[in-house]
Amino acid sequence: MFEGISTQLLFGQVLLGLINGSFYAMLSMGLAIIFGLMSVVNFTHGAQYMLGAFIAWLLLNYLGIGYWPSLVLAPVLVAISGMVLERLLLRPLQGLDHLYGLLATYAVALIVEGLVRYKYGSTGLPYDNPMPGGINLGFMFLPYYRLWVVVFSLVTCVGTWLLIEHTKLGAYLRAANEKPQIVEAFGINVPKMMTLTYGFGVGLAGLSGVLAAPIYQVSPSMGSSLMIVVFAVVVIGGMGSIVGAAITGYMLGLVEGLTKVFYPEAASVVIFMFMIISLYLRPAGIFADKESV
Amino acid sequence: MNSLAMAREPAAAAFAAVMLKVDNLSAWYAESKVLHGMSFDVREGELLTLIGRNGAGKTTTLRSIMGIVQKRTGSIRFRDEELVGKRTFQIARLGIGYCPEERAIFSSLSVRENLFLPPVLREGGMTDEQLYATFPNLKARAGSQGTKLSGGEQQMLAIARILRTGSRLLLLDEPSEGLAPVVVKEIGEIIQRLKAQGFTIVLVEQNLRFARMVADRHVVVENGKVVDILTNAELEADMGRVKSYLGV
Repeated sequence: MFEGISTQLLFGQVLLGLINGSFYAMLSMGLAIIFGLMSVVNFTHGAQYMLGAFIAWLLLNYLGIGYWPSLVLAPVLVAISGMVLERLLLRPLQGLDHLYGLLATYAVALIVEGLVRYKYGSTGLPYDNPMPGGINLGFMFLPYYRLWVVVFSLVTCVGTWLLIEHTKLGAYLRAANEKPQIVEAFGINVPKMMTLTYGFGVGLAGLSGVLAAPIYQVSPSMGSSLMIVVFAVVVIGGMGSIVGAAITGYMLGLVEGLTKVFYPEAASVVIFMFMIISLYLRPAGIFADKESV
Repeated sequence: MNSLAMAREPAAAAFAAVMLKVDNLSAWYAESKVLHGMSFDVREGELLTLIGRNGAGKTTTLRSIMGIVQKRTGSIRFRDEELVGKRTFQIARLGIGYCPEERAIFSSLSVRENLFLPPVLREGGMTDEQLYATFPNLKARAGSQGTKLSGGEQQMLAIARILRTGSRLLLLDEPSEGLAPVVVKEIGEIIQRLKAQGFTIVLVEQNLRFARMVADRHVVVENGKVVDILTNAELEADMGRVKSYLGV
């Protein structure tokens, strides 16, 4: 195809790009939902992603609960812990400058990561692949589990989008995004909605963590290393633009993968170059439809 | 005046039960006190206006009733419930519909979604058919983005969406503001029709001509206080009295 580049390498990196993109998309979608409704820049997101993976690991090693039940259980547990966090820590900060929420969630992230590192060390813990094997497509080998991750994250993103754009619940969410006081004046318990939304957003992070466990190892820092990229994704897509976050996530995963093929030296910075360019050309984000705040 | 005018003799309203009683209400935005002991009441089926200059505290009064302004003292009783101390959504659920000054049409929602956003809180609200019969424009444009409507249509939408919730007390904040005279007239007719259907309405208004067209009684607000309360007949008889308050 291209001189000096094997199709094997090309498709291998495209797949890897899609996998990374799947995680970027799910994580940035959760961040965008939370920011849109609550104006909280949730720096705990990476720790909650790690917590999802870690809970799956704990369930397996202490209770013998396998991957599939964990795929439901771990995100639910992360969501519950998130809702407790929202009630205890974020609600009192409401109405203050964004910076307070950002710093508070960052502090929680550091504490959670620190506790996990203290108890389990910083080396990665292995998590067995629940779907070993794969198929040979002729031009490349496709592991089943990676295929599953890509398909499952796509379904999750599309499902979340449908929920927000095409249901009554989603209409409440979009409306409260714009004018929470008015929505409350219609008799809707907006504070409760915020708690549930935060739970949903971090539940998505927990879900991503479980998905990630068999691919990357389970380690305390797995979230923080990913979050820098995910924040760049959210900035490029537009803070609070849920669809923008998901599309940008996949897109940048692919861009990153392709850069590894064509100019590997730039692979680790390409996303940030995109961020700089998009901030310059469209400061509110590529998919932002309203003026940024 | 049309036949609807017959139904709003002040005398009839005078015998009706008090629905909303505001007593010595003070309210603050952050540290600045905006209302200084407002007192007035609204009877079942009555249409009451709050009139006064810009910044007199009319909008704040409505926002305090709804609990959007949280810092308030005194008493606001709706039927048997005390509203001071309640959260906004709890107040709304008692059956109070609020139509804010800025109309608050949601741009991320279609006209239909805007219209059906407020949940039905109790029985007795308008059916979908009645709504579309009253506001035919909204049906024709149901799929459009909410904020793509004209100013008048947005105002109709803002009123329409609180009519299906079963709320019997409507708080309308300057529905005539910024609209062409022909649209103002149309909205006036709709408000008269709502009154004839038994809705109790508190209307904030600066447009005296509009206020006279629809109201039973007028509460004059100045510097966060009630300075005068007069029936529509008294207003008609002595326009000078009110004009001196409004400075027109």
